Amino acid sequence: MSFAKPIFDVQKARADFPILTREVNGKPLIYLDSGASAQKPRQVIEAMSDAMGRSYANVHRGLHTLANETTDAYERARESVRRLINAPSVNEVVFTKGATESINLVASSLGLGLKAGDEIVVSEMEHHANIIPWHFLRERQGIVLRFIPVLDDGSLDMDAYRALLGPKTKMVAVTHMSNVLGTVNPVAEIIAAAHAVSAPVLLDGAQAIVHGAVDVQALDVDFYVFSGHKLYGPTGIGVLYGKAERLAALPPYQGGGEMIGSVTLEKISYADPPHRFEAGTPAIIEAIGLGAAVEWLEQFDRAAIAAHEHALYERVKGGLNGANWLTEIGTAPGKGAIFSFNVAGAHAHDVAQILDRYGVAVRAGTHCAEPLMRRFGVTSSARASFALYNTLEEADSFVAALVKAQGFFS
Amino acid sequence: MSATMTQELQDLAAEFDLMGDWEERYRYVIDLGRELEPLSDVERSESNKVRGCASQVWLVTEAGPDGTLVFRGDSDAHIVRGLIAIVVRLYSGRAPDEIMAFDPRAAFDKLGLAGALSTQRSNGLFSMIERIRRDAMAVQAASN
Repeated sequence: MSFAKPIFDVQKARADFPILTREVNGKPLIYLDSGASAQKPRQVIEAMSDAMGRSYANVHRGLHTLANETTDAYERARESVRRLINAPSVNEVVFTKGATESINLVASSLGLGLKAGDEIVVSEMEHHANIIPWHFLRERQGIVLRFIPVLDDGSLDMDAYRALLGPKTKMVAVTHMSNVLGTVNPVAEIIAAAHAVSAPVLLDGAQAIVHGAVDVQALDVDFYVFSGHKLYGPTGIGVLYGKAERLAALPPYQGGGEMIGSVTLEKISYADPPHRFEAGTPAIIEAIGLGAAVEWLEQFDRAAIAAHEHALYERVKGGLNGANWLTEIGTAPGKGAIFSFNVAGAHAHDVAQILDRYGVAVRAGTHCAEPLMRRFGVTSSARASFALYNTLEEADSFVAALVKAQGFFS
Repeated sequence: MSATMTQELQDLAAEFDLMGDWEERYRYVIDLGRELEPLSDVERSESNKVRGCASQVWLVTEAGPDGTLVFRGDSDAHIVRGLIAIVVRLYSGRAPDEIMAFDPRAAFDKLGLAGALSTQRSNGLFSMIERIRRDAMAVQAASN
């Protein structure tokens, strides 16, 4: 018996993104900066607009019709996110501002239970968002940060990782997929090794959630964080998944309305998760937008999207094959569709500026990962990151524009 | 006394008017950057660094004759270096009053390089002109 391989219809998906028809500098926009933030399908735009135009009130507070409708829509978004990551319960899905706030929440709440000398393991390839919140604990409480080194191909040194683990390890916080290298880390192995020393694991899924199916139960991960805006949803909304017992053990992060059980002037009790961590009026419209993004994504086969994105990456690699002026950073086996590079004789800033003139949007700089830049001996790199709406023709145009850009500096 | 900033801008605009398309303009900017005297390693210091994100920019301010200010700058990116060369040509050796009266945005518009002065923090050039103006203002304040 054989199964037909699911085909991803890029033109059909692409038609949902109004912005992709615009021109930049007189050229059709080729948007290769989705790793920084993805464009939004009209279904997300309309869901947010409808929520504001037809059914809007504060959530969890009122008893009137609009309050009930909005609360339902907000909680339906939480259920959509639960489905996306296969969490056992909606109570394990906390809405935050984004991956950055999710990590800050865990770090500051968990940090209250740590003492000087306790260790937190992160990696050298982390985004600053997964370094600085832990650094606060180092600066303020004498927590020790241990860094997993990165090998030359952009993969983690797993032997070194195992050697870092011990009885003092109180948390392992690593990225599921590097925003610079595209490396997809062996998270199952990372989690198993951490659990063997009773340390919880937080995965930064900001990139990984976009490019493949994530199952938090299969991973047995303790905390999983991501942002809405990279997942074709709006800015200002993100997710913290935490195992029920892990979230229950965390003290609140911010105080305010909605996160309490009861309040007297002397004594305050806190609500159970997830509401304990959602103080104040949440980003209601943004949560509804994220829910719409997840529902929109559910029409596609995630593996087919990944295959399409991989084909884009391979097309670019093939097109640039033999270019002796090009250095790629990050070549780990099984890496995702992120292409970080430098052009000999030019700064990444130069390359990005020239590419922009050809309508191609890429990122240039340190990608909020300065330790990683230093590890590879560069001060910056350019990065093309691919999304489901990019086409093979765009990959070809990018290659042609990059060859022309290089010509400016040769 | 050399030409005024406005005259210098006219000269630059005449040079840029000779260019056909944006590609030629950018090539010219890159060439201007190549001709710019680089700063020494010592001058590429943390205190001379201008805030930027994508590329690094350095600015050295020195006192010139008759109360003028002399500026020298550098960057690790070619296009930014070329833009710095233009900034130096316009601003260096001028009196603080002339510097403060000059409109940098209008100038870069005139050269067809409007996008170059975007306020994005990734672009250190805007911060560089801000620092030039701050230094000029400090000299103005001290002489009043």
